[in-house]
Amino acid sequence: MQAIYILWLRQLKRFIRKKASIVGALGQPIIFLFAIGFGLSPIYALAGGGNYVQFLAPGIIVMSVLFTSIFTGLEIIWDKQFGFLKETFVAPVPRLQILLGKVLGGATVAMIQGVLVFLITLVAGFRPHWPSLPLAFLFLFLVAMLSSALGAAIAARLDDMQGFPLIFNFLVQPLFYLSGAIFPIKNLPPILDFITKINPFSYGVDGLRYAFSGANVFPPVLSITVLGVTIFLVLIIGVYQFSKVQL
Amino acid sequence: MNIIETKNLTKKYGSFTAVDNVSFNVIKGEVFAFLGPNGAGKTTTIKILTTILNPTQGEVFLAGHNVKENPNETRKSFGIVFQDPSLDNELTAYENMQFHAILYGIKKSVYQKRIIDLLSLVELSDKKDLFVKNFSGGMKRRLEIARGLLHQPKVLFLDEPTIGLDPQTRNKVWAYIKDLNKNEQVTIFFTTHHMEEVERIAERVAIIDHGKILIIGTIEEILQKAGVKKLEEAFIKLTGGSIREEEGNVGLNQMRISNKLMR
Repeated sequence: MQAIYILWLRQLKRFIRKKASIVGALGQPIIFLFAIGFGLSPIYALAGGGNYVQFLAPGIIVMSVLFTSIFTGLEIIWDKQFGFLKETFVAPVPRLQILLGKVLGGATVAMIQGVLVFLITLVAGFRPHWPSLPLAFLFLFLVAMLSSALGAAIAARLDDMQGFPLIFNFLVQPLFYLSGAIFPIKNLPPILDFITKINPFSYGVDGLRYAFSGANVFPPVLSITVLGVTIFLVLIIGVYQFSKVQL
Repeated sequence: MNIIETKNLTKKYGSFTAVDNVSFNVIKGEVFAFLGPNGAGKTTTIKILTTILNPTQGEVFLAGHNVKENPNETRKSFGIVFQDPSLDNELTAYENMQFHAILYGIKKSVYQKRIIDLLSLVELSDKKDLFVKNFSGGMKRRLEIARGLLHQPKVLFLDEPTIGLDPQTRNKVWAYIKDLNKNEQVTIFFTTHHMEEVERIAERVAIIDHGKILIIGTIEEILQKAGVKKLEEAFIKLTGGSIREEEGNVGLNQMRISNKLMR
């Protein structure tokens, strides 16, 4: 437990000390919120969808959590290159604990980033249903854990950042864009419908939207189950990957 | 008594054999030098001895533990200073030490005092709250040595601990290591390319090349067998005069080079 704690604390310290990157990471959600949110707002209302910012805000929050979390997981590549992973791996700590410390650290950091974006959405006119805030936090936490575990599992087998554009463009971006974050996942063309339904992040976005404004496609219990099971599976893959790491 | 025993240790990468059927022992309490040209298999051997690389074949016992079957018990028994830096630059010197202490399960009441003691041993007490990114190469090295000693290991591995250091710092580093071996009976297992360092500090020496141990013994024994007067002459006589290329991951090597430059 102590080992998990210190690994978590290290992630947190590193995050808080990089103030510029915290502010930097707010740029993308802000652009999305203002350009896409306000830009598509009139047409969305005309189509009978209602308030688009109200719809988009949970998606934007998930975006910032997803991106921050995956990148924190991917930081393991830096730890490898700067030698710090060796220090962690020669310590008498089971690989599972190292993974859990990293994943929890990444998830915590992403939650902080997510809360900052949440505050920005409030400024932009987002009005959440306050009593279900704890439920919203649960969904955010599940999304954060899932993306952090995913980042760590991928990073375990990568030796440098050369594969980074590949991961970003062919995994992270699709996970976000095809999650129902920016458009409703009802009445979609069949292929898109299928992809959004097998994307676990769709359940995160939908669950968060349910908590914030009571609108949902999937039953919330299903969403929690899907996220929970996926986290568990990715962690198992992650531990396996970690056990195979040779430095 | 042997603190390290290796039997028929082999590591293959595809068709390339990095370590080829190596068997040797290190005696408890001695200063043991592990020498060889670049790419000879030194670092690979150290990685296997320290549990971060699995051998293709063979067995290793460290402080009585089977390295492959019982890695976590083995890990408690040794400390290591890697060839490449392994500190977190975004943490302070104290935080790097604290991270290590907690990973090794040392109690707070114990590690607080021990960190202070070790930092003063390597003369970094006044720098304990500075970020490691502001440290010079020598300071980082000293901090890594202090960190390697934090959990009171029985064996300390040092993979080229003085690379890139000026003579002053080099002398200091060896003085610490010698004291440590004398006063705390820590077995020292080190690699270096500076033969005069070996002559000064090592009790026994092994020379490895192309993954095989060419010779092992005290410095006198090696000089006698090779029929020369200096260890450097023996080294060149045994390993030949040609210059070696280090193979490996290009990206990682690039990183290693820039890391060394940044020190």
